[in-house]
Amino acid sequence: MRPVDLPSYSRNLHPGAWWLWAIGLAAAASRTTNPAILLIILGVTGLVVAARRSDAPWANAYAAFLKLALVVIAIRVVLQSLLSSQSQGVEVLFTLPEIPLPDAAAGIKLGGMVTAEAVLRAFYEGLQLATILCCVGAANALASARRLLRSVPGALYELGVATVVALTFAPQLVTDAARVRAAHRLRGRDDRGLRSLARTVMPVLEGALDRSVELAASMDSRGYGRTTDAGRVSRLTTGLLTFGGLFGVCVGMFGLLDGSSPPMLGLPSLLAGVALSSCGIAVGGRRTRRTRYRPDPWALPEWMVSGCGFAAAAAMFATAAVDPAALHLPGPLAVPEVPWIAVGGVLIAALPARLAPSPPSGSLHRAVSSPARSSFEASLAADQRRETA
Amino acid sequence: MIEFEDVTVTYAGASRPALAGVDMTIPEGELCLVIGHTGSGKSTFLRTINGLVPHFTGGRLSGRITVNGRDTRTHHPRDLADVVGVVGQDPLDGFVTDVVEDELAYGMESIGLAPATMRKRVEETLDLLGLGALRNRALTSLSGGQQQRVAIGSVLTAHPMVLVLDEPTSALDPQAAEEVLASLTRLVHDLGLTVVLAEHRLERVVQYADRVVYLPGDGLPVVAGTPIEVMEVSALAPPVVELGKLAGWSPLPMSVRDARREAGPLREQLRSLGALRREVSSSPGGSSGAALTPGHAPDDTSRLRSAGHELASARDLVVTYAGGIHGLRGVELTVRAGEIVGLMGGNGAGKSTLLRSFVGLVEPASGVVDVDGVVPRDTKPSRLIRRVGLVPQEPADLLYAGSVARECELADRDARVPPGTCRALLERLTPGLDHDTHPRDMSEGQRLTLVLAIILTARPPLVLLDEPTRGLDYGAKRRLVEILRELALDGHAIVLATHDVELVAEVTGRTVVLGDGEVVAEGPTPDVVMASPAFAPQVAKVLAPLPWLTVPEVAAALEAAS
Repeated sequence: MRPVDLPSYSRNLHPGAWWLWAIGLAAAASRTTNPAILLIILGVTGLVVAARRSDAPWANAYAAFLKLALVVIAIRVVLQSLLSSQSQGVEVLFTLPEIPLPDAAAGIKLGGMVTAEAVLRAFYEGLQLATILCCVGAANALASARRLLRSVPGALYELGVATVVALTFAPQLVTDAARVRAAHRLRGRDDRGLRSLARTVMPVLEGALDRSVELAASMDSRGYGRTTDAGRVSRLTTGLLTFGGLFGVCVGMFGLLDGSSPPMLGLPSLLAGVALSSCGIAVGGRRTRRTRYRPDPWALPEWMVSGCGFAAAAAMFATAAVDPAALHLPGPLAVPEVPWIAVGGVLIAALPARLAPSPPSGSLHRAVSSPARSSFEASLAADQRRETA
Repeated sequence: MIEFEDVTVTYAGASRPALAGVDMTIPEGELCLVIGHTGSGKSTFLRTINGLVPHFTGGRLSGRITVNGRDTRTHHPRDLADVVGVVGQDPLDGFVTDVVEDELAYGMESIGLAPATMRKRVEETLDLLGLGALRNRALTSLSGGQQQRVAIGSVLTAHPMVLVLDEPTSALDPQAAEEVLASLTRLVHDLGLTVVLAEHRLERVVQYADRVVYLPGDGLPVVAGTPIEVMEVSALAPPVVELGKLAGWSPLPMSVRDARREAGPLREQLRSLGALRREVSSSPGGSSGAALTPGHAPDDTSRLRSAGHELASARDLVVTYAGGIHGLRGVELTVRAGEIVGLMGGNGAGKSTLLRSFVGLVEPASGVVDVDGVVPRDTKPSRLIRRVGLVPQEPADLLYAGSVARECELADRDARVPPGTCRALLERLTPGLDHDTHPRDMSEGQRLTLVLAIILTARPPLVLLDEPTRGLDYGAKRRLVEILRELALDGHAIVLATHDVELVAEVTGRTVVLGDGEVVAEGPTPDVVMASPAFAPQVAKVLAPLPWLTVPEVAAALEAAS
């Protein structure tokens, strides 16, 4: 058994494994509005992130996604309360002042009575979306999208670089915007809102453009693009094949995640897409002579982690086939029941908290050893030795 | 190694060439320093070496440059990647990946080296530059000096024969600059690498150079030679060379060590003068600020001025950022009218945070900030600018109009003062500036003065400057020093956050040193800077233990004595 097969061997797990695990959990969450199951899924993602995230800056992504998830739930609940109508239930919680609307908006009601059923339903639906968001957040925290892009095949390399550059600039734009807004304050401008936004956009874009040019110069001087020498035909075939393939994958994913779409849309188009893009990648891979530094291995822990995600999805799909009623509450006020197969599957997905290797630690401690300083320290130590002697 | 044959570069639409008639050879294994005023074509010169000029930037290049036998006219930058490594001004802008180790490997992946070779070279480079402990760190989480060393490492892994660096230490504190320069000299001596670097801070690098290329600009011929030869004719020189010129030493000293060996007689002469001074100033009536201050030139009165009424203060100021980094922990600072205060400390010590608290850009976690009777955080910007103005690290952030004249009009309107106020101020700070120029086309020094004029339009009694000398040549710096002294004489209080020990020595009366968010030292500038070698200016190091800090001070003392 190779050391990389041992869960106790500390290393970064292949980013693809984490994403597969997260997709499995997200697919499971997409099939149910049962709050019990959704909360368990949420707990599982939180547990695994807490146990296996590294100390890199992007490892904080989970918290950001969790906040976003709470906002999603809040928006749904508030909107539902405002637009609530008696048809959704009889259990009146409280009554808001009703705002009369013109006849043109007949059928829409603003304010008025708010029922427990309406609020709870909104909460459960929001919770489902929030859980899916948290699955994505977990994947981001455990393996940044950028690390995933490092593993893209050679044919997609240019695409990967473009995405990486875009990903770098998004947070940079936010920083820039903050800087420019600070500058407005320094010039004594009180205005907020649209006017100040308009004034912010130009300097921010200018800064971003300057930086992209600088980055392009740096990439050019470091040899970017010198190993790809392809004819137009090969380039075009690769492009068409991979693009078509990716489209198929997207449609397939949509079909799988959305329970109401026709069955033809799911697995078949996903498989076709994967096949198409594999062809494209194979064709394109032949033309690049780029090499790769320390590619992440795919070993036993990767199989186990992605398998755990798959188990959660499979258990949920099995429950949907056997006992679909358990995944959706008969009425919002009903006490949620706990279907054991589905819950068991989701709990299996918590195993990566132990099964995945822990990320290399100590990467954050601030050991700064410059050659100058260390030689200086060495000479100091030598002096001290001489003195004691 | 690098041969320039009558090279002239003219950018599209420019009336004059950016670089004219360069004809020289840089031999293998040399550390070649490129100096010149801002806008004299230093960056252009550096970028011709790997063909970024003209392949990437456009423009016309006549003549011929060959690097290790490869002609840059026929080789693109990417074809030279295994021969020339280029590190830009801001390392963060040039990073392609997000982790140290991946960044080091990026160039080799592009060249297509075998994985085993890459692995070996990454380990070697991590060791060579002392980056081993940082290998898994995210690039954005590194300090400035560390980022610069990673940027150097990322081009070294391709095993280039030439390393080109554009102002590698300008943004760094003295210690981080030492780290980077130590790495560079080690590369030159251990690997025989040819290093070409441009730098404004000559006091940091000139002693390491084997050859200096002086670009005087304005179409004048390029001067190249040993550091001593060039320093004799160059208008740009570090304080230690100025001191050597003043004292008439030959050969001119390039380092503090050279100068110190020559300075014995000068120290004796000054000691007799200094003894007199000290007797006078240590009498009971002397203020502590002047106690150790030696003779001054007649116009250099800023340091001696007794400070006026209290203008601004921070008490027990605590600032915490998300994650608890870069905060301030219980900082006390009082600024009085008419004084210039230097704020020093390493990168991330909290200098900028303190300045930003005074303009209300940072919310204090606890403690009180008071500027002229108001709390900055709760004051409307339009009212605050009458009390305090900050020139940020990137002055260009404040500029967005299409011309200088338009910027001035906007400043007048923002400050609600009669039209023409800002323009008159600008005319006073830099006479004869073309008012139709686009701010982006101005030099760093001109941009700084424009922003300073904009800030001063609202007549704030307190002026804060964050790292004002970044990218300024000695001429622009001298002008800045004059402006700051005039402002102090007008009764403005000025706080400078800077790494530039020479600037602090020259203009400030009081220095505050921050470390990890706390005030580490505070007191009259001579006392503070003499106490720590890291913050001592070159002249102080040469003349220690005598308390002279700058060349003009020494000149004035000698003049007064004769």
